[in-house]
Amino acid sequence: MKKIRVLVAKPGLDGHDRGAKFVARALRDAGFEVIYTGIRQTPEQIVSTAIQEDVDFIGLSCLSGAHNTLFPKVVKLLQEKNAEDIIVFGGGVIPAEDVEYLKSQGIKEIFGPGTPSEIFINFIKENAK
Amino acid sequence: MEDKNEILKEKERWENTTAKKSLEKFPERKKDFKTFSNIPIKRLYTPADTEFSYIKDLGFPGEYPFTRGVQPTMYRGRLWTMRQYAGFGTAEDTNKRYHYLLKAGQTGLSVAFDLPTQIGYDSDDPMAEGEVGKCGVAIDTIKDMEILFDGIPLDKVTTSMTINSTCAIILAMYIAVAEKQGVPSKELKGTVQNDILKEYIARGTYIFPPEPSMRLVRDIILYCKDNLPQWNSISISGYHIREAGSTAVQEVAFTLANGIAYVKDITSAGVDVDEFAGRLSFFFNAHNNFLEEVAKFRAARRLWAKIMKERFNAKKPSSMMLRFHTQTAGCTLTAQQPENNVVRVTLQALSAVLGGTQSLHTNSRDEALALPTEQSAQIALRTQQIIGYESGVCDFIDPLGGSYVIESLTNEIEKSADEYIKKIDEIGGVLKAIEKGYIQNEIAQASYEYQKAIETKDYIVVGVNQFTMEEEPPKNILKVDMEKEEYQKDKLRKIKTERDNNLVKEKIEALKKVAKTDENIMPAIIEAVKVYASIGEISNALREVFGEFKEV
Repeated sequence: MKKIRVLVAKPGLDGHDRGAKFVARALRDAGFEVIYTGIRQTPEQIVSTAIQEDVDFIGLSCLSGAHNTLFPKVVKLLQEKNAEDIIVFGGGVIPAEDVEYLKSQGIKEIFGPGTPSEIFINFIKENAK
Repeated sequence: MEDKNEILKEKERWENTTAKKSLEKFPERKKDFKTFSNIPIKRLYTPADTEFSYIKDLGFPGEYPFTRGVQPTMYRGRLWTMRQYAGFGTAEDTNKRYHYLLKAGQTGLSVAFDLPTQIGYDSDDPMAEGEVGKCGVAIDTIKDMEILFDGIPLDKVTTSMTINSTCAIILAMYIAVAEKQGVPSKELKGTVQNDILKEYIARGTYIFPPEPSMRLVRDIILYCKDNLPQWNSISISGYHIREAGSTAVQEVAFTLANGIAYVKDITSAGVDVDEFAGRLSFFFNAHNNFLEEVAKFRAARRLWAKIMKERFNAKKPSSMMLRFHTQTAGCTLTAQQPENNVVRVTLQALSAVLGGTQSLHTNSRDEALALPTEQSAQIALRTQQIIGYESGVCDFIDPLGGSYVIESLTNEIEKSADEYIKKIDEIGGVLKAIEKGYIQNEIAQASYEYQKAIETKDYIVVGVNQFTMEEEPPKNILKVDMEKEEYQKDKLRKIKTERDNNLVKEKIEALKKVAKTDENIMPAIIEAVKVYASIGEISNALREVFGEFKEV
């Protein structure tokens, strides 16, 4: 069976990569194939990497407050490239009221600070096709 | 004093009788006790467990090796500077918050800039989309700086600015705004962060490759030496290294290693160490392990004093003095039961005070959720005032000095940090160690272990992995709306049509010319900001000359 592939990405200018690096490593330890983009990626770069690497999921991390602009842009670009089967989830410093908005824009799930790794690992297992 | 062997003999007797009897009935909570830095914690500390010579290792406050503090009377004279880091939205919004904080009794300003400003993009740059005014104030031209400090006399306040790769530009604007207020440069007091090395290690707001970046740092330090003699021209920062997940020992080690790299760079350019070292300042984190944190500050002070004296042959005491700002640890704030953060911040702030900090920022309870509201910022400031005026700890100099535990931890942290610094020396210095990923990997490993310890409940975080409860999503969160971005873009557009664009072009060309030489870059940047050249225009000119750094 093909291994589940996940792209962990840091959109925008935010340099707080502690969470993204932890998620990447925890997913790797859970047996997924993980690609981490490093910081300061544009939504265009993230989508192009995701398609090139043929990933099943994109995990977006943002702690700068720009999530409402950047996360939906990734989903929109995926749709434009006919790659909307890639599931997008996210995390960071994201107020509760923004979570609803982001979900309405096609982000499947938002994980707040302090989320145990088994929760996002299970999310991926349950949503993998 | 009793004989050390006698104490050890007595301690052994106690272990085998009184302690043993108790342990049989009531085993300890853990098999091994250790600090965040993996320093093993003994069951009991006695005079025999703590090696130090009072005169040589502790000495007296205000004197080498400054273990007990950098000022002779510490807070008995003056309390630390209460300096809350703030900035959001536009210069207009932030100016209002500054007036509020100053009225509430804050004693110094600390400017948070948004990411486009920190990375050299104008608010209308496509790279800035969604980030304008989000985690700090947006500054495009000197016009914004004028608004930011409107009604704030720059000869009366001290201002700290968290700015690194665009530090020269922001400092130039500050100097020019002061000049307009009629305040000469030599009267300005404050700090710029100007610490590019930790940006590559942990914080991520670099623009240029290391070599031209180090040149900018050097130019700023040397310009300040000659023109802003009361200004702290760098704040060598462990804060972000710790936030990225390092241990306390790593925080001290990597920060001081960066300090060594800067001092080496400037002395290699032929400048005498005592001419500038007195204006170097530091910035540390105050994390959760209370006693280890107090010891950390003391250890950092002693180790830096020795480095400056022994490695760089500094002669002036002020060159050996590690003066530092502290911020409580943002990464320990929880989104769960956020009111509990007030208590965490209190303990962390107290560790910084007992460790002898010169200035302090206390985080607000809601910062795991968003930027702080006015009320949260007020509680954070009040926390400092309660420690300063009510707790009584400030009447004593280095009150924990001499404690068996504290002195033992101070020794351990100094020793382990020094070992790290030696390892970095062997690799060939900090720049090499960063290039090889050595420092980043050490931090990532420590961060992973810390997170795993939380997941396995080896380390308890109240409200996160124990004592959890169902909660309503918190209300009253500060929001920076998207209109701010549009407002800021309009303001910039207007300035770009109203200014003398030929003059801007001329100054930018002149700047590029200087950038290609090894002449100090500050005067050319000051000229450019005065004619309303924007931060993006100046940064792009420097990008053309210096190139850009890409994370590997």
